[in-house]
Amino acid sequence: MNRKVFQLLVENSSGVLSRVSGLFSRRGYNIESITAGVTADPKFTLITIVAFGDDEILEQIEKQVAKLVDVRNVKVLEPHDSVYRELCLIKVQVSEQSREGLIAISNIFRASIIDVAAESMIIELTGNQSKIEAFLGLLSGYTILELARTGITGLSRGSSDVVWLEE
Amino acid sequence: MTGAELMVKSLEAEDVKYVFGYPGVAICPFYDAILDSEIKTVLIRTEQNAAHSASGMARMTGKPGVCAVTSGPGATNLITGIATAFADSIPLVCITGQVNSELIGSDVFQEADITGAVESFVKYSYLVKDAKELPRIFKEAFYIANSGRRGPVLIDVPIDVQQAEAGDFEYPEEVKLRTYKPTVKGNVLQIKKTINQLEKAKRPLICVGGGVSLSGAQEELKALAEEFRIPVVSTMMGISVMPTEHPLYYGMVGNNGFPWANRAMNEADLIMMVGARVADRAVNQPERVMKDTVLIHIDVDPAEIGKNAGATIPIVGDAKHILKEISEYEMDGEFDGWIKSLDEYRRTMPLTRTPDPAFVDPAEFIRRLSLKLEDNAVYVADVGQNQIWSCKYHVVRNGRFLTTGGMGTMGYSIPAAVGAKLACPDRQVVAVCGDGSFQMSMMELATMSQYGVKVKIIVLKNDYLGMVRQYQHFTYKDRYSVVDIAGNPELEHIAAAYGMKFLSIENMEGLDEKLDELLSKDESCLCRCIIDPMDLV
Repeated sequence: MNRKVFQLLVENSSGVLSRVSGLFSRRGYNIESITAGVTADPKFTLITIVAFGDDEILEQIEKQVAKLVDVRNVKVLEPHDSVYRELCLIKVQVSEQSREGLIAISNIFRASIIDVAAESMIIELTGNQSKIEAFLGLLSGYTILELARTGITGLSRGSSDVVWLEE
Repeated sequence: MTGAELMVKSLEAEDVKYVFGYPGVAICPFYDAILDSEIKTVLIRTEQNAAHSASGMARMTGKPGVCAVTSGPGATNLITGIATAFADSIPLVCITGQVNSELIGSDVFQEADITGAVESFVKYSYLVKDAKELPRIFKEAFYIANSGRRGPVLIDVPIDVQQAEAGDFEYPEEVKLRTYKPTVKGNVLQIKKTINQLEKAKRPLICVGGGVSLSGAQEELKALAEEFRIPVVSTMMGISVMPTEHPLYYGMVGNNGFPWANRAMNEADLIMMVGARVADRAVNQPERVMKDTVLIHIDVDPAEIGKNAGATIPIVGDAKHILKEISEYEMDGEFDGWIKSLDEYRRTMPLTRTPDPAFVDPAEFIRRLSLKLEDNAVYVADVGQNQIWSCKYHVVRNGRFLTTGGMGTMGYSIPAAVGAKLACPDRQVVAVCGDGSFQMSMMELATMSQYGVKVKIIVLKNDYLGMVRQYQHFTYKDRYSVVDIAGNPELEHIAAAYGMKFLSIENMEGLDEKLDELLSKDESCLCRCIIDPMDLV
């Protein structure tokens, strides 16, 4: 099983996200995460999909996605040539005693504390997946009440393969 | 103009001659506006058949077939027809009425999320929100349906959008789709590589699929095969690309195909797949066939190349263009020895059938029927045992052979034949079905009667769902479950009820006279052939 990050530039039309995600479910492709957001040109949306499968499946995914009428461009974000980021919000149970330690760990990871309540705290962390995994590993001694991850989004490095949106 | 009028004007601008459909409140503004148009409407008897009739018409005209039905159950009934067209890559534009825009999502009477429901069977779909968008959407829909890999496009139009005032009609001259640009021309380098490989090959074979007919490349294919003297086989959807008795043609491959055609596939050292998917029914074990074989895969859909078998040389584009470009090259290759051995396989691998003389032998019946048909007749085969017999024994000259090889939808033949006949009123059209598939579309006899559509319908009657019975015979050792269709209606009475000529053929005696009687007059006819219920394909 291999893992690939696909970046789709799609027409910002109604139903486009369901068309893309529906393709994955009906053809039985495995999807790890999907994120979407409008681009600098509001006519387009950029979707980042992390999928896994053997090489033949990954090739089919690329071709089938490219076939969708709304898809303008499909790019594979290769790890050595791209940056990936994921945002993660973690609500942790805290006590008077444990709060200080959590703040210290968060500082090391450059995570921010964005909410503090009497018995809980929300930490915001951005990074690539290994950083997030490492941080979550350090929290194993704490009780995580809620966890929200966005799934990764990414861009390829440099400007050589930018798709220009002008007609 | 109202939205409905814009819809009709758009269809006129696309030179649409017929709309197949079934009205209901949500599509009534459209059906009202079409009264003022030259476009003819055909009231089919259930919505699924509107799509099949449009499919028959599309396959004969090379232009998208059009159907229009109402919201809710009208739209959902259409789904099987849309899925059939999708699997067979037939261009359709399907119009569905929808409830009032403001009510969408509130589960009102006859509301169904049809764009959501058909998502996996359409090339594209639209839910129209502004009547002013209709001309652009129609222009795009026709273009998407009939370019690249053909397929159905659905346009869902809420009733208030059809009723809305939307200004003057202005049809866009061209399509502006930023995201959809199918490849037409083949890559020159790949074509040169193909020639190189052909020169090295000793046993090349061309395997044609439905894509060749869809691109209108029958002549180009024949010319290429003749120029380079390369033998040709076909998938089910590729039947009628080559005339059956062409010396270079060896018939259908696959698990229901001819043994010599399959042997040719196994022994070829180069296979040129043209507009074919290397699908499961055509190539049973692609990895075995393709091992040590040079595979040149020509398809307009890049996703089909490499899906079922890795291609040595992929060529993406339209078959007509690519075949023409390949033909322009000189090629030193000489395959007469290979052709001779294929002829020998065909001679020495006879099909052994031992028909019971008490019945009509469907194989011989179909062969003799097809020899009596007009040169350019259109033969529409249904699904089941009848389909396999039709594929194997129908002799094509300059006619067409239509069937659903991809989806295998029972009941396809009669409505598709209706569409084909309306598209080509001067050509003989025959629909051949079983008694199971006949009853799935029997209601269309009324459509034929109402619009004077003269199709010959042949029912191979065995009182069984024969294909499934055969499967249960082999797989479950004759434990037959739910395949007995005794209780069939008396077809003579059915014919009389619809005012059709009826003909019964009980055995092979005097078959030629019966066939003459069937075909002599330009009239519709229901012909019943009693076949051996235990026969196998």
